[in-house]
Amino acid sequence: MKRFPLRIIAIGSLAMFLSQTAMAADEKPKTIAGASASMLSNTCAGCHGTYGASNGPSIPTLAGMSSAYLVETMLGYKSGEIPSTIMGRLAKGYTDDEINLMGEYFAKQKFVAAKGQKVDADKAAKGAELHEKYCEKCHSESGMAAEDDSGFLKGQWKSYLAAQMMDYQNKDRKATKKMAKQLTKMHKKHGPSGIEELIEYYSSGE
Amino acid sequence: MNTNKSRRRFVQGLGAATAVGVVGIPSIALGAAKKVVVVGGGTSGATAARYLKMADPSVEVTLIEANKDYYTCYLSNEVLGGARTLDSLKHGYSGLEKEGITVVHDYVTGIDAKAKKVTVKGGSSFDYDRCIVAPGISFKYDGIEGYDESMIAKVPHAWKAGEQTTILRKQLTDMKDGGTVVIAAPPNPFRCPPGPPERVCQIAQYLKKEKPKSKVVYVDPKAKFSKYGLFVQGWKKFYGYETDNSLIEYIKSDGVEELDLAAMTVSTTTGESVKADVLNIIPAQKAGQIAFDAGLTGDGDWCPIDLGTFESTIHKDIHVIGDASIATGMPKSGYSANSQAKVCAAAVAAMLNGKEPGTPAFVNTCYSVIAEDWGISVAAVYRLAEDRSKIVSMSGGLTPMDASDEAHRRAVENAYSWLNNITSDIFAGG
Ligand SMILES: Cc1cc2nc3c(=O)[nH]c(=O)nc-3n(C[C@H](O)[C@H](O)[C@H](O)COP(=O)(O)OP(=O)(O)OC[C@H]3O[C@@H](n4cnc5c(N)ncnc54)[C@H](O)[C@@H]3O)c2cc1C
Ligand code: HEC
Ligand code: HEC
Repeated sequence: MKRFPLRIIAIGSLAMFLSQTAMAADEKPKTIAGASASMLSNTCAGCHGTYGASNGPSIPTLAGMSSAYLVETMLGYKSGEIPSTIMGRLAKGYTDDEINLMGEYFAKQKFVAAKGQKVDADKAAKGAELHEKYCEKCHSESGMAAEDDSGFLKGQWKSYLAAQMMDYQNKDRKATKKMAKQLTKMHKKHGPSGIEELIEYYSSGE
Repeated sequence: MNTNKSRRRFVQGLGAATAVGVVGIPSIALGAAKKVVVVGGGTSGATAARYLKMADPSVEVTLIEANKDYYTCYLSNEVLGGARTLDSLKHGYSGLEKEGITVVHDYVTGIDAKAKKVTVKGGSSFDYDRCIVAPGISFKYDGIEGYDESMIAKVPHAWKAGEQTTILRKQLTDMKDGGTVVIAAPPNPFRCPPGPPERVCQIAQYLKKEKPKSKVVYVDPKAKFSKYGLFVQGWKKFYGYETDNSLIEYIKSDGVEELDLAAMTVSTTTGESVKADVLNIIPAQKAGQIAFDAGLTGDGDWCPIDLGTFESTIHKDIHVIGDASIATGMPKSGYSANSQAKVCAAAVAAMLNGKEPGTPAFVNTCYSVIAEDWGISVAAVYRLAEDRSKIVSMSGGLTPMDASDEAHRRAVENAYSWLNNITSDIFAGG
């Protein structure tokens, strides 16, 4: 499906180049390169769960995510393009090659849908319709199709999704033009309760 | 010392005897499973046991842990503040057993590096090809006059979660309004650098709600502490720090020198004297006792190791991880311990199979909860220096001083997510 925008890669590698130069200026000692995909990915498990399957309530699941989406997101954190509370500080510690390795690693893991989230069934039912109308095109299978390269929606942790929707709404996180258009349309017609209903839908079980 | 020498000779004797035994074994040893004994099933030990088994299921992994239940220290400051129960921090070993790890509940009394044998209080012993030692910390009670280990039921440290946490919590709830809680921080190096100022926040939060005429007096021998700017910002924002109504009084660069237990009064090095209603002395620290008994500490308080494999530089085939190790460049924290354990497990799996250990990578993060909906963090990604002399931070840093209220709110939720994920990573859901 969608390939990730080249501009982000360009910014990402520029940032890496700059940070390596900065490192030389600080005279940081040389470090040993060549950590394996599992060695690198295991450093994430303390926060994202073993194999990237999160127990929530707010840190998102990575397991089963497409490599393209994970890489794009990490590069976005690294460059500052995607806002974050902590990922920006962490993503800068990995080279683009290492991020690619982790992308492949997490793509191979089994997606585990978030369990036991509190849901308002009426709102979720409305959200299902909104999703079908405004979002399903790029987030197929209710947003569980990794190959869409657009993150997980259904089965992802609620607090994380709510935070992302807030960031998109505030324009802190930039949606692609087409998604922004659909979001605006949806928002104009249904207001903040539309977003709430979508989130309830994504948090509901099968 | 004489006793030491004679013990060393005894150990050598044992080693020689076993070496003879080993010669006769190879035919069996060829097909025999490799054995690893992990001493201590806390944050680092349990992680190492699990990740070793994941890396090579053919290895026979035995985890020896003194206690049936493990209570995380992380988030135990919230128990003191009343935001959560101690029970919410309790973990067991059934998850690890289900993954094929043999769990033995006993206290390790000796590790014989020559004979490659671990002995426990219960009398049995366990042979190993490699041993991973993960005993955490023990305390140096001798730094304060008038204070010793026998007093910890009255003057709790609550720096190992469990009964100690319960004692301190009870003292806080029993205290009258208008009381003084003294928290005395330890000198460096110690477990969880942001832990003492976080405790100040959590206890101040409790007092603000329940006993607003009371205060916390925080005595710290150091001039600064971890996440200093962020903590002081939080103290001011929530607890009136530096106003006339402050719930927090901070005595810096000044440690507790003397305790008068009968009068519940501590005196500091500069001669200040503070009367406490509740007294929490966090003593200076060193590696867990077994690290000393096994001769893994050399002349110091902690265990020197190779930073890529965590193998002891004193005893071959023994690795030391977590708080007990000298992981130059990383703080003593739960995330560090979990991260080091994975590096060690990968190295042990490689070495048992006659392979070169791979390149390590580490992360540390420490969240602190300052108030309801107000969290902060420090994080770093690390690699090993080419000359193996230190673990080097590649990126990271603190929550920005001007982070939004929303970012602070998210940090609290993320701290709870971290707790859920790291404990399930360590104990396999148990
Ligand atoms: C108040 C407080 C707050 C903290 N908050 C955080 C935080 O937010 N984030 C963070 O990352 N870290 C935090 N920490 C630090 C964290 O708890 C420790 O760094 C971590 O537990 C170290 O792991 P370890 O494996 O070295 O030791 P431990 O987890 O203490 O494990 C040692 C284990 O070995 C066992 N043992 C010892 N000797 C023997 C023996 N002879 N035989 C058998 N068993 C033995 C013990 O019973 C214990 O289970 C905090 C600590 C405190 C005190
Ligand atoms: C300290 C905890 C922590 C660690 C360690 C951590 N993460 Fe994250 N991660 C988060 C949080 C929290 C978010 C949400 C964004 C934010 O606020 O930073 C997140 C978000 C993400 C996302 C976005 C997911 C999505 O659905 O868009 C990706 C991808 C990610 N992390 C990858 C990683 C990788 C890869 C590692 C290891 C190299 C890692 N993280 C380590 C806490 C962590
Ligand atoms: C035209 C395609 C498109 C449409 C329509 C679309 N999205 Fe997206 N969405 C994307 C892409 C691509 C991403 C990947 C990240 C990015 O580019 O911002 C994404 C990312 C997201 C994310 C972040 C996921 C994560 O893990 O961080 C959320 C949440 C989201 N979309 C919600 C929605 C909702 C809700 C709708 C419907 C109102 C919608 N999207 C409609 C393409 C679309």
